[in-house]
Amino acid sequence: MAPLLEARRLAKNYGTLRAVEEVSLSLEPGEILGLLGPNGAGKTTTVSMIAGLLAPDGGEVLLMGRPPSTNGAAKRALGLVPQDLALFDGLTAEANLRLFGALYGLGGPGLDRAVKEGLAFVGLSERASSRVKSFSGGMKRRLNLAAGLLHDPSVLLLDEPTVGVDPQSRNAIFDVLEDLRSRGKAILYTTHYMEEAERLCSRIVIMDHGRVLAEGTAPELASRLPHPTRLVAELRGGGDGEGWIGEVGKLPGFSRVSIEGGRLGATVENLAEGTSALLAFIASRGLELASLETQRPDLETVFLALTGRELRDA
Amino acid sequence: MMRALRALVRKDLTLFFEDRRAVVLSFAAPIAIGAFFGFLFSGGGGGNAKIPVRVADLDGSSVSRAIVAALEKDKALEVKSATSADEARELVRRGKATAAVILPKSFGEEAVNAFFRQTDKPDLLLLRDPSHTAEAGMLRGILTQHVMEVVSKEAFSGPAGLRSARQALRQVSEDKAMAPSDRKDLTVLLQSVVNLQEHSTSEKTEALGPQGGIGVPYDTKEEEVTAHAGETYNGYAHSFGGMALQFILMASIEFGMGILIERRTGIWKRLLAAPLHRSTLLLARGISGALISLAIFLVCMGFGMAVFGVRVQGSWPGFLLLAVAYALMASAFGLLLAALGRTPEATRGLAVFAVLILVMLGGAWVPAFIFPAWLQKATLLLPTRWAMDALDGVTWRGLGLASALPAVAILLGFTFVFALIAAWKFPSEEG
Ligand SMILES: Nc1ncnc2c1ncn2[C@@H]1O[C@H](COP(=O)(O)OP(=O)(O)O)[C@@H](O)[C@H]1O
Ligand SMILES: [Mg+2]
Repeated sequence: MAPLLEARRLAKNYGTLRAVEEVSLSLEPGEILGLLGPNGAGKTTTVSMIAGLLAPDGGEVLLMGRPPSTNGAAKRALGLVPQDLALFDGLTAEANLRLFGALYGLGGPGLDRAVKEGLAFVGLSERASSRVKSFSGGMKRRLNLAAGLLHDPSVLLLDEPTVGVDPQSRNAIFDVLEDLRSRGKAILYTTHYMEEAERLCSRIVIMDHGRVLAEGTAPELASRLPHPTRLVAELRGGGDGEGWIGEVGKLPGFSRVSIEGGRLGATVENLAEGTSALLAFIASRGLELASLETQRPDLETVFLALTGRELRDA
Repeated sequence: MMRALRALVRKDLTLFFEDRRAVVLSFAAPIAIGAFFGFLFSGGGGGNAKIPVRVADLDGSSVSRAIVAALEKDKALEVKSATSADEARELVRRGKATAAVILPKSFGEEAVNAFFRQTDKPDLLLLRDPSHTAEAGMLRGILTQHVMEVVSKEAFSGPAGLRSARQALRQVSEDKAMAPSDRKDLTVLLQSVVNLQEHSTSEKTEALGPQGGIGVPYDTKEEEVTAHAGETYNGYAHSFGGMALQFILMASIEFGMGILIERRTGIWKRLLAAPLHRSTLLLARGISGALISLAIFLVCMGFGMAVFGVRVQGSWPGFLLLAVAYALMASAFGLLLAALGRTPEATRGLAVFAVLILVMLGGAWVPAFIFPAWLQKATLLLPTRWAMDALDGVTWRGLGLASALPAVAILLGFTFVFALIAAWKFPSEEG
């Protein structure tokens, strides 16, 4: 059976800039697909093409195996939450939701119910009649999310829905998304935060410079790395590495060396060789080893390996 | 403190001069508008328009014909004839002529008679457009000059003058009430006129004009041509109409900028993601823009009516149709700005400049009849000019529905063209 939503070899150029090249992805009900990439990777452009706001220069979007109809049924099946806040500041939260519900043909008791549930869903029932301009960034983000859910779409396109929010609002948004997933919604989740993708998404597509670099679950992506291991050693008596941390970086196969609160971290090319080299170094320095653990590589490591850049500085 | 102050001022200046377009406008707008009014009030650019005057000669005497000929020759006037006072009055009411001069039956004879004796002066009827006060003053002077010239020439050299002088001589000698010295002087004067007339046609005698009991040989009856006889002119009708037209366009700019701002935020994306056609969104914008414009118009004119006695003396349906057509045009103008503009910052200044020029040349600030003739013609390309003239028509001029319809049609035409360009140029994609 065809996936609920499929994008095939999407491409978009802005002048000579190839913003998106050959991006393919598919999405099933009850799944959160992470679209992960640094700023400028082409995530928003991809989402806009899927939402029908941009005409692709190449490739196609399929909804339930067919090109999106032009009669509005396809648009009704999609719920878009734009990256930039899409709310009328001068209107109340409730008035905003009523407007966006009406755009999808909701009215009467159906609209009343959808607005009420939407506000409750994102925890804004008590602020229903406050103007949006009085909201905090996190509250606006939650309302922005609610506005995309009103018409109960089966596919949700979320473009960086947690940018600039406080941890509390972020957790609230995550709870909402997990709830939606459990109700069988298909969710495309765009982000440049590793932790979010790792925590939330069943599968992840990594993008950079308009291209898909890798796709899979977080463990799958990690296992594909040639140099997958990170060592973390808790040391006593070495302070924060004054005078010797540089030497750790020079050990053969060591990279991304860090130290914080006596916890030394390093990525090694080979677990066995790396571990013995580190232990030898610790002994030679007369440091006391309190604990030693190995970590599976995180997405940060994956991204670094794929692009040679750290995601955060990208 | 000084360092911070200097840095802050430098920052402001840098930012201001960074925006080239805003800079150009800040300097170009006052220069353009200042130059325009200077040009207007210094009579530059090929001279002012001639005052259009209708003359109805109901007398047909040699005197009245000579007066008409003199008026026609006058460089300040553009004289056309009218067959009756009523026809002339209607033309003034429609704004086709600034004034009309009616020379009543036997004006010539009575004026020549009255030239020597300040009794039984004939009435010259001057019908004038009350919004043209300056021209009326000028016209009064020109009229006096020409009528005096013709009548005095006739009095001293024409057959009517001879008759009249003899008759006056007789009356003076019979007038018991006149002081003997006056009678003697007047007799000498009139006798010499008669003598002069009898053997010469010298024109030097005109120099006698101002002497003795001789004076302006007619009375001017002036009538302001407004909606109804006896109605006085209300200058607020024009000024409120003009300002309503201007500020409706200003509001339309803000409306167009609102769309540009929405496009910059995610709102426009969300609107376009909904199962609606782009044209529905634009249409909705057009309707709300028109409603706001209409509200501005009605509130502004309503205030003028309530407080300053502005009245729709002519056609109410015409007035309302104009209001609706102008509101639609303004709204479509806002959409056009939103379609052609890139950013609100870059578009706003240019749009404000365009609106100022539109309303200035439309005659909303000073009536268009002050413009030189060529400019009066040229500004007929502007929707504001049509709206302003038609609005004057249905308010204080008291014109009927038919007078407003051409302007309504033209405004709707502009609406259509603006909307078409807006729909065509409005970006179809939202990245
Ligand atoms: N409307 C546009 N015109 C020109 N370039 C654009 C436009 N929108 C995006 N881009 C460029 O396309 C690339 C991808 O942008 P975007 O899809 O917004 O990336 P992301 O959402 O991953 O941050 C960037 O280099 C961006 O500068
Ligand atoms: Mg983006």
